Amino acid sequence: MDQITFLTQIIAPAFASGLVMTLALIAVAAPFGFLLGCAVAVGRAYGSAPVRLLSRGFVIFCKGCPLLLLLFILYFGMPSVGIMLTPFVASVIGFVCCNAAYNSEYIRGAIHSIKEGQMTAAQALGMSKWQAIRWIVLPQALRKAFPGITNEFIYLIKYSSLAYMITIIELTGAAKMIATKYFEYNETFLCVGIVYLALVTVTTVVAHFIERKYAIPSGHAAGSTAA
Amino acid sequence: MAEALIPILIDWLPYLMQGILLTIGLVAAALAIGFAIGLPMALGQIYGAKPVRYVIEVYVWFFRGLPLLVLLFLFYFGIFPALGLDFPALAIAIVVLGMRGAAYQSQIFRGAILSISEGQMTAARSLGMTRWQAIRSIILPQAMLIALPGWSNEYPIILTDTAVCYAIGVMELLTRTTQIVSQTYLTMPIYLACACVYIALNYAGMKCLNMLENKVMVPGFGHAST
Amino acid sequence: MQVRDTMMDTDCVLKVENLCKSFGSTRVLFDISFSVKKGETKAFIGPSGTGKSTLLRCINQITEPDSGKVWLDGEEVTNSGPRINFFRQKMGMVFQNFNLFDHLTVQKNVEIALLKVRGMPQAEATKKATFELERVGLADKADCYPAQLSGGQAQRVSIARALAMDPDVMLFDEPTSALDPELTREVLEVIRMLSRQGMTMLIVTHEMRFALSVANEVLFMENGTIAERGTPDDIVNGPGFERMKKFIGKIEEYR
Repeated sequence: MDQITFLTQIIAPAFASGLVMTLALIAVAAPFGFLLGCAVAVGRAYGSAPVRLLSRGFVIFCKGCPLLLLLFILYFGMPSVGIMLTPFVASVIGFVCCNAAYNSEYIRGAIHSIKEGQMTAAQALGMSKWQAIRWIVLPQALRKAFPGITNEFIYLIKYSSLAYMITIIELTGAAKMIATKYFEYNETFLCVGIVYLALVTVTTVVAHFIERKYAIPSGHAAGSTAA
Repeated sequence: MAEALIPILIDWLPYLMQGILLTIGLVAAALAIGFAIGLPMALGQIYGAKPVRYVIEVYVWFFRGLPLLVLLFLFYFGIFPALGLDFPALAIAIVVLGMRGAAYQSQIFRGAILSISEGQMTAARSLGMTRWQAIRSIILPQAMLIALPGWSNEYPIILTDTAVCYAIGVMELLTRTTQIVSQTYLTMPIYLACACVYIALNYAGMKCLNMLENKVMVPGFGHAST
Repeated sequence: MQVRDTMMDTDCVLKVENLCKSFGSTRVLFDISFSVKKGETKAFIGPSGTGKSTLLRCINQITEPDSGKVWLDGEEVTNSGPRINFFRQKMGMVFQNFNLFDHLTVQKNVEIALLKVRGMPQAEATKKATFELERVGLADKADCYPAQLSGGQAQRVSIARALAMDPDVMLFDEPTSALDPELTREVLEVIRMLSRQGMTMLIVTHEMRFALSVANEVLFMENGTIAERGTPDDIVNGPGFERMKKFIGKIEEYR
């Protein structure tokens, strides 16, 4: 079988269905990973002592434990304590925890860099602490943390491949199966590599545009000192 | 369940220890190779000719863009056999982790070198140093100090990455843990114990790196730590 | 002077009684008591570090006092729990460093508390915000961001933001200290205008001439207590007020 036929008739359809699964994993995991990351960061920055302890423990566990081990715990370990998770759900939970743990570090750093005066002014206007966090601190912190969050999203695209290790046939799984069946290892894996590179590159470009769009203009009024 | 766990861990301790040592070895090798290749790559990207820069940029894009799992499969099933090299999984894992580490580390060093103001090079040249002497004696030492925190962050990432080598059968900690689980069926406690070992290795490693940082740091090169 | 401080004064907007605050072992405020009638302006002057800013922050409980009480319109502000957010709406605060919300336009800075704290509908909030911005002379900067404003403009927006909540009393914490001298004037003009319009105000300031020209009473703080107090007339023309005059003299030396 020549290369072109191999590409169009074997690889393309298999990759298509694999890609759909990869995108599904990412589409579900990313928003939850972001929201949980925000919650953990806010919890560590503003929460009571038990909340701070719990959040810190979560981050230490999810950053220190390899994602693959986490997936094994969720998929192979949980049934032994009575919780049956489908491979998809187990993967998503694992990805969400890992993504959230790293996101929370970026967001927490950004929150700390927001000037204290912002919170003070908000409270002086009568906002409750949570209103001030929601409307004043977080919007600024998330803009600052955006490059880090984008970075983590790119990592998510890549470690979604680990879902194959708990039986999900996503992009990498599809490639492995084709490669093993047809003994075309280099071609298949290079092709799948190109797909991942495309995903990553597109994400980088889109993120760049989003960052520019939501950036806060900083200019200086002519001839006077800025604050 | 905990009562069953301790005897099992004691029984399997030598087996597990080999896995732990192998994991540590993998991390050390990856960091070392990454440094040995990454630093010249950074220098090449900043000071090299255009074709050199282009090749390095493609290399970095490739090794950072592909998932580690795909890279392992590609090298283990594809590239090494195609080159006729019948290397064990461990060696291939070291090569892949090293080359990937180089890609990431080169960017850390590049960022650090670029952040050093032009004035340093100017001052060095005006004292009569050649470009290479200036790089070696003035730029690089400062760059190393600046890069240290970012470089330290590579450690936990590479540590958790070693677990992915399970996929090509490297007998590191995770692989051996799954072996124990399949033979004893004590799934959850053993997995959690394994997680604790990784977290402990993480903590110990970071402590060492922090000690190194504190020893080596010079006033004026402070960094914000989260 | 005694008449002003009776508790039975019905048009007493703000009353402060025996306020004390220490930071660690440093005593910053000791037994501060005074009251402010509707429409009055009281100016606080004194050396830096004598707790003037802390006093303002204790009044709206941004900093919690160690002891003492604060009353606004007859209701106790201290120890009011979550109700403090309600009281803060009635006390407008203007900061030395403006503290404008960096991610919002000027218009949105003035509107946001109306929308989120008061729950006002957007159309009404926009109208009110525009009104206040016109009042301080910055309606044309509505769509700019804080980073694009000069210091004087930023401070005036900050005043508009506080005014939008229709406060019963305005608290100015060294409003011009962070400004270059040529930008100070535009802010002082706005404050003077508010005073003419009958706003009740407490101003902590280093601008001596301004304090003497706009305040009904000037209070000199030293070592955490009110050392001397009097009307501008009494201070300028009358005998006494030695420490205050010495302090004013020192500051004026550098002008």
